[in-house]
Amino acid sequence: MANYTISGSPHVHSTENTQKIMCRVFLALVPALLVAIYYFGWYALRLTIVTVAACMLTEWIIQKFLIKGPLTINDGSAAVTGLLLAFNVPANLPIWMAIVGSIVAIGIGKMPYGGLGKNPFNPALVGRVFMLVSFPTAMTTWPQANPIFEKGFFADAITGPTPLGILKESGAGTLAEMGDMQFLDMVLGNRGGAFGEVCAIALLIGAIYLLIRKVIDWQTPLTILLTVFVFTGICHLIDHETFIAPWYHLVYGGLILGAFFMATDMVTTPMTVKGKILFGFGVGLITVVIRLWGAYPEGVSFAILIMNAFTPLINKAFKPQVFGVVKPSKQ
Amino acid sequence: MNPIKTFHKGGVHPEENKFSADQPIQDFPMPKQIIVPLGQCLGAPAECIVNKGDRVLTGQLIGTAKGFVSANVHSPATGTVAKVDVVMDHTGYYKPAVFIDREEQDEWVEGVITSDELITDIKLDGKAIIDKVKECGIVGMGGATFPTHIKMMVPEGKKAEYVIINAAECEPYLTCDYRLLLEKTMEFLVGVKIVMKGVGTDKGIIGIETNKMPAIELLDKTIREHQDLFKGIEVQPLKTKYPQGGEKQIIKAITGREVPSGKLPIETGCVVVNVASTFAIYEAVQKNKPLIERIVTVTGKSVKKPSNFRCRFGVPADLLIEAAGGLPEDITDVINGGPMMGKSVSVTSFPTMKGTSGILLMTRREAQDRHQTNCIRCGRCAKACPMGLQPFLLHKVAKLNDFDETEKNHIMDCIECGSCEFTCPANIPLLDYIRYGKAKTGAIIRARSQK
Amino acid sequence: MSNILLISLIVLGVLGAVLSVILYFVAQKFKVEENPLIDEAEACLPGANCGGCGFAGCRALAEACVKQAAEKGNIDGLACPGTDMGKVAAVLGLTAAAFEPKIAVVRCNGSCKNSPAKVHYEGADICAFASTLYAGKGGCSKGCMGLGDCVKKCNFGALHIDKETGLPVVDPDKCVGCGVCARTCPRNIIEIRPRGKKDRRVYVCCSNTDKGALVVKNCSVGCIGCQKCLKECPFEAIEMRGNLAYIDPAKCKACGKCAKVCPRGAIHAINFPTPKAEAPTEVEQEKTVTA
Repeated sequence: MANYTISGSPHVHSTENTQKIMCRVFLALVPALLVAIYYFGWYALRLTIVTVAACMLTEWIIQKFLIKGPLTINDGSAAVTGLLLAFNVPANLPIWMAIVGSIVAIGIGKMPYGGLGKNPFNPALVGRVFMLVSFPTAMTTWPQANPIFEKGFFADAITGPTPLGILKESGAGTLAEMGDMQFLDMVLGNRGGAFGEVCAIALLIGAIYLLIRKVIDWQTPLTILLTVFVFTGICHLIDHETFIAPWYHLVYGGLILGAFFMATDMVTTPMTVKGKILFGFGVGLITVVIRLWGAYPEGVSFAILIMNAFTPLINKAFKPQVFGVVKPSKQ
Repeated sequence: MNPIKTFHKGGVHPEENKFSADQPIQDFPMPKQIIVPLGQCLGAPAECIVNKGDRVLTGQLIGTAKGFVSANVHSPATGTVAKVDVVMDHTGYYKPAVFIDREEQDEWVEGVITSDELITDIKLDGKAIIDKVKECGIVGMGGATFPTHIKMMVPEGKKAEYVIINAAECEPYLTCDYRLLLEKTMEFLVGVKIVMKGVGTDKGIIGIETNKMPAIELLDKTIREHQDLFKGIEVQPLKTKYPQGGEKQIIKAITGREVPSGKLPIETGCVVVNVASTFAIYEAVQKNKPLIERIVTVTGKSVKKPSNFRCRFGVPADLLIEAAGGLPEDITDVINGGPMMGKSVSVTSFPTMKGTSGILLMTRREAQDRHQTNCIRCGRCAKACPMGLQPFLLHKVAKLNDFDETEKNHIMDCIECGSCEFTCPANIPLLDYIRYGKAKTGAIIRARSQK
Repeated sequence: MSNILLISLIVLGVLGAVLSVILYFVAQKFKVEENPLIDEAEACLPGANCGGCGFAGCRALAEACVKQAAEKGNIDGLACPGTDMGKVAAVLGLTAAAFEPKIAVVRCNGSCKNSPAKVHYEGADICAFASTLYAGKGGCSKGCMGLGDCVKKCNFGALHIDKETGLPVVDPDKCVGCGVCARTCPRNIIEIRPRGKKDRRVYVCCSNTDKGALVVKNCSVGCIGCQKCLKECPFEAIEMRGNLAYIDPAKCKACGKCAKVCPRGAIHAINFPTPKAEAPTEVEQEKTVTA
């Protein structure tokens, strides 16, 4: 007699799994990575390899020796965390700092809560913010974009200011002057900054891919961008001497990366459409406040982390409408 | 053709795999002995009224309904009662059944019209139709096996506006309803008329998914050709999306009305009847034939001859599998019903029953890719849920045995369609836990209301 | 600078003083008078809040005891299954009925060997759910599902699933006989029985009330209802429940004769000195050599 399998219905399943989702996110980040390698050469590649490897190794060690559970390393989430972490730091960051950041990201940001799916905060951002407050100088000394075809693959990085950094220090006037000339450079990524966030176009290509494959929803990123645009726009209208035009805010700094790749992290963001919109609004608002009045030039990471903390509340407050409950039928 | 409609909340689209769609219905030869289970419907099993050694005729009543939710059981063959004993059903549990040693010739009970002649004239009135449906033991043949006469009895103060014929057949693989629509079109449409007369309305809507275009066209054509006869019947194409054939979903799709939580479909003025049941009602009312046979789809990816059989109840399922080309070697899952809501089978010798819409043979790769991982809170289950529930949450609280919380989160509204588990990228057996929570919560609610 | 210091000191000091006064009055207003005996009685109870006594927890039982003691002067009918109520009675200045320690007994021996798997289950690890899907791995519809609902519910860590047999095992040192597992089991396999003198107890290790022929199909050690034990028992302690023998612990004198005549080895005699206990003791991992 055959040994049949008994299981509850349904007996067919979609072919989706966690691994595939993570692979797609990884794939979506590849264009930005290539651009980063183009601008920052060897440094970008080295840093990426180090953070990805360090993140995966940390997860493996914790899973194997501390939790002693089944190995979850091959679901790919640690690799994505590593990649996002690398995207968020200057390309010339010392290797040991990157390793410390990776260990914090996985070892403090993710595994203590029980691994994938249980962490309240985005691990990559936990790692990044940890590094930002621990090594402020190294983390805010940005290398200038330095196309490899001009200077060679192993060229030393020349550090220079980021647009938002300039803005913070010398007001809108300076940036507006250079901004007019360099807007295209900004979009293409030919500027200073954390290496993954420099090229808006490459990030958008990846984001569109994720949207098409339905890995992420459009609600969160769109609300974030809209909120930032509207609020910086209002400020610009009120006083365009101090505040630069809103479209610069969209392409400068880590907004695109944050909005499409980190504020859409399934684990740490709300599930319902309304919740996502509220989340996006919060991220946008906090980002603007930090950018315009805060001590740090960039606020996307903090904004997302702060809103991460509200996610459980948002999930509780915005539940999907149950069929046939609120609206009585028209008889 | 009417514009395509659908329900909007949730839903998934599994691979359709309707392999047997082009296979005409074949009459299945009966074996020497048939085993007729007495509990063939939702609710209480019927009470046996024959004894060992009795000779029974085809269509003779052998089990009477016991209790409100119950249905009569009739003998599907002529022969002698060998014993009244227990038989393993598909779950492996022993259930009471009547074993009948069959004679070669079918000898029908008196009053049954056995010819194939089409009778369009409906002689009985509404009340008599429902009595007839009850007498003939007709149940919902989509799989839930809820007695149809209860559905057709419109409670006082309510009025049925529409009769909705559920021909969506949204379950992948299954084709029994589709074949019936193609081959017994006229009979089916007369059946719709009968149901309409039975519940007292002049509007009947047949909801069909657009992956069954030939059936939609054929029904449309037939209704146009016999306009005076089938006045008030409409064909409504529905988007191919699971669970389009869920009772609440099909009402929402066709009429735009939502069945209130915890209430019956009649609240929206709709009575929903399955295709096979409609045909059975035709046979019962026009031909006086009790429900003793149905169409069973035997299918699967590696099945040699996916088929649609017209099969009397009580035929062991393994004979049907044999007739469809035998059990392929790589089969690990046998499903009684469709892949989304069907039930796992422990033993293939189980007898076919009123609710056996299909026998599905699945290979391991097809049925299981169930490496379970952590929930990543992607919310896909909530997006797929046609009832607007949060399966991930229900799973969690059911696992913690927190039944106050399950109730608050409307676990009782779950229709167990399985869309959540289908779509879950972490392969969590969401529906298993939800069913468990639903059973426990239901018991608590019942205990409370009895106090 | 000193100004700021002074202001903050004053503000905080005043705030603290005001709040403490408010707190004092609130505490006075909402003070609950409670019988100190309840605390003392509760201290005698295990504190696991298992619910085995029929109350919501140990404190609820202690309250009930104090209340009944005050009203009726006894604590009859109130008992923690796992503790000698004598201690509680002593606190209240009363005496309690003699304490008879109890233990959970798993009445199924359908191990992987005795009842080989015919199907394979994939899904939620909940017996209560799995039993709605199918009869059981070995085909026995009354047997243990082996998914450990009882293990999850046990407050004392006294149960675990044996990997070899796939059946739950009761740890006699930890089990207090509270009965949570017995109430949890969807198939009613676990029974709470007296531990017996010298821990010796005899019981039917099967719960199948089906006819013998059906039992034999699925299990090599299931009770077939042959009634041999019934005839053998000198104390008329054995009765038939359906097609299943049941040993009434109140009448059983633990002679162990029934275990020897059972053709299926379904009657287990635990903790008897050798060589009397030849019955397979796969379920109970206790030593059969000495009591």
